[in-house]
Amino acid sequence: MKTISKADMRTLFFVAIIALFAPLILNPFPTESGWAQFNAGYPDLMQRFAIYGILAIGFNILFGLTGYLSFGHAAFLGVGSYSAVWMFKLLSMNIIPALILSVIVAGLFSLLIGFISLRRSGIYFSILTLAFAQMSFALAYSVLTPLTNGETGLQITLNDPRIFAAENISGNLPVTSLFGLEMRDTWTMQLGAWDFQFNIGYYICAIFLLLAFYISIRIFRSPFGMMLRAIKTNQTRLNFTGINTRPYTLAAFVISGMYAGLAGGLMASMDPLAGAERMQWTASGEIVLMTILGGTGTLLGPVMGAGFIKYFENIFSKINDTVLHGWFSWMPDGLENVIVWILHLFTGKGWHLTLGIMFMMIVIFLPGGLMEGISRIGKWWKHRNAKNNNTSHTSSTPAE
Amino acid sequence: MGILTVQNVNKSFGGLKALHNVNLDIEEGKIHAIIGPNGAGKSTLLNCFVGKLTPDTGTVMFDGHSLLGIKPHQINQLGVSRVFQTPEIFSELTVWENTLIPCFAKRDGAFTLNALSRVSDNKDMAEKAEQMLVDVDLIDKKDMLASSMSRGDKRRLEMAMCLSQKPKLLLLDEPTAGMARADTESTIELLKSIQKKLKITMAIIEHDMSVVFSLAQKISVLAQGTVIVEDVPEKIKGHPKVKEAYLGEAQV
Ligand SMILES: Nc1ncnc2c1ncn2[C@@H]1O[C@H](COP(=O)(O)OP(=O)(O)OP(=O)(O)O)[C@@H](O)[C@H]1O
Ligand SMILES: [Mg+2]
Repeated sequence: MKTISKADMRTLFFVAIIALFAPLILNPFPTESGWAQFNAGYPDLMQRFAIYGILAIGFNILFGLTGYLSFGHAAFLGVGSYSAVWMFKLLSMNIIPALILSVIVAGLFSLLIGFISLRRSGIYFSILTLAFAQMSFALAYSVLTPLTNGETGLQITLNDPRIFAAENISGNLPVTSLFGLEMRDTWTMQLGAWDFQFNIGYYICAIFLLLAFYISIRIFRSPFGMMLRAIKTNQTRLNFTGINTRPYTLAAFVISGMYAGLAGGLMASMDPLAGAERMQWTASGEIVLMTILGGTGTLLGPVMGAGFIKYFENIFSKINDTVLHGWFSWMPDGLENVIVWILHLFTGKGWHLTLGIMFMMIVIFLPGGLMEGISRIGKWWKHRNAKNNNTSHTSSTPAE
Repeated sequence: MGILTVQNVNKSFGGLKALHNVNLDIEEGKIHAIIGPNGAGKSTLLNCFVGKLTPDTGTVMFDGHSLLGIKPHQINQLGVSRVFQTPEIFSELTVWENTLIPCFAKRDGAFTLNALSRVSDNKDMAEKAEQMLVDVDLIDKKDMLASSMSRGDKRRLEMAMCLSQKPKLLLLDEPTAGMARADTESTIELLKSIQKKLKITMAIIEHDMSVVFSLAQKISVLAQGTVIVEDVPEKIKGHPKVKEAYLGEAQV
């Protein structure tokens, strides 16, 4: 039996192609050119695209389908990271046990938080999740230091037991791997003025992204997904139709918590450390922004939102005053300083201002997020083509 | 004894006594109308049947189960469906999905983690939903968003949603309000044929007396929270107490 429809297959295939060729697609500018800083095709950033994509896809299963806005999802991300690092410390540097534990622990943790928070809906639910996440953050930062190593963050050391790992004789910290395939391994392809980097870690993340995306498609199209969407539009009717909504919302909450756990585990697999700040409310807020920016409740939107935010975060935050002066050095000095002073507010550390403005623009003009933008362009294109066809028809018939 | 028996139900909102010692007995397989002037407590009474409200005192028994203290979804699973006074539908979903959901709820119960099959793979559910939409004459609108329909269509959709569950008891709160005359006629016909075919017991609240008299086999008249008369339709017409209750209201 076919598990997903043709149209969904095409979307999945499209995402797979993009993911496969991302190192090429995201590196359009020659390495030595001034534009190279706008390239995004380096391992670290691509890994983040995929990981935050997974996070947003999972968040969308809760928020996009049921409408329950969790403001504490970063807690599950953090829990996932801590679990993974502990596996690296205790068992071995293989990422598989680490990821499995991340997902399980995040799942259990979200079961607990969801069970309590879902007794309320609307703003009260959001506040409850926020409170839980901030509590987790505070605990990780102070009381739970033996588990989390507090402020410093949890790291691997040479003295860790790592009972399944071969004895380390090199004296260097071990690196994360998948049965010997090291996450940091990168093959650089030089093509003329371009350098393209193909990184193992990124491709592992991309595979998980595809898997996450596939599962999300299945959920969206299933009776379970339909019930979740029904919860968003009219919970009363659903209750009077014989559905107990609580276990549905709880299941959605736990599934999205497990997605976040996987994302956290992958984060630690790419760079084996975990800090409490990963659980802070700003991190939770970022997940919400990504989903809304891309298009809440759509399949592809959250992934695009995640990519969009991570890209601009990276690019804008790298543009510091020196770079700005470099760009505008051809201007008269006074004018140059004024322009740099203005742009300074929006770049480097001030990039959040840019993000804020972009977010407002999108929410005001494209309430459906980037996906709505795309579908509008698609409609406009069809409309234009239809018109062109019409005019060519009329012009082919003699006017008089 | 009927399928639904209500005994000595009282319900107050603050100082307002909305229901006062209400007794009601709905016989299986019959259409029972509850009429009365605005604010008489008709909707409040239905709310006490479906778990939206709990009476202060009294008992509500359905098919051997007490309906008090259990959740709305449990009441529905016992076989009670309700059409509300203001349509309660899934406005952001399509008409098609609106009809599918009750079918799945009927088959899968209060909760099933059915996340692996596709909605479209469930052919039996699709057949049921389609049949229901044909019956209420909404099949042409199946891909429409429910929110974009007229009030009358929303009502018929809601009726279809309830009927697709084949309830034992169907509660209808002013099912023809906001409908054009032709739609009202077809709704009456639909309810009649359903009742004949499936023997669903119905309790219907209605202001339109022509609807009441063409459907009901028994009528209870509610005024100021109490049942003042309960009888067959012929006896209700021209009953002095009813006239009194309706003074200045619709002609009986
Ligand atoms: N939740 C509530 N809180 C307070 N008062 C209420 C509530 N629900 C109903 N009432 C009051 O109870 C009385 C009965 O209301 P109800 O809605 O049952 O009347 P009704 O017979 O259905 O009238 P209508 O024909 O206008 O629908 C009214 O006076 C109403 O204002
Ligand atoms: Mg009413």
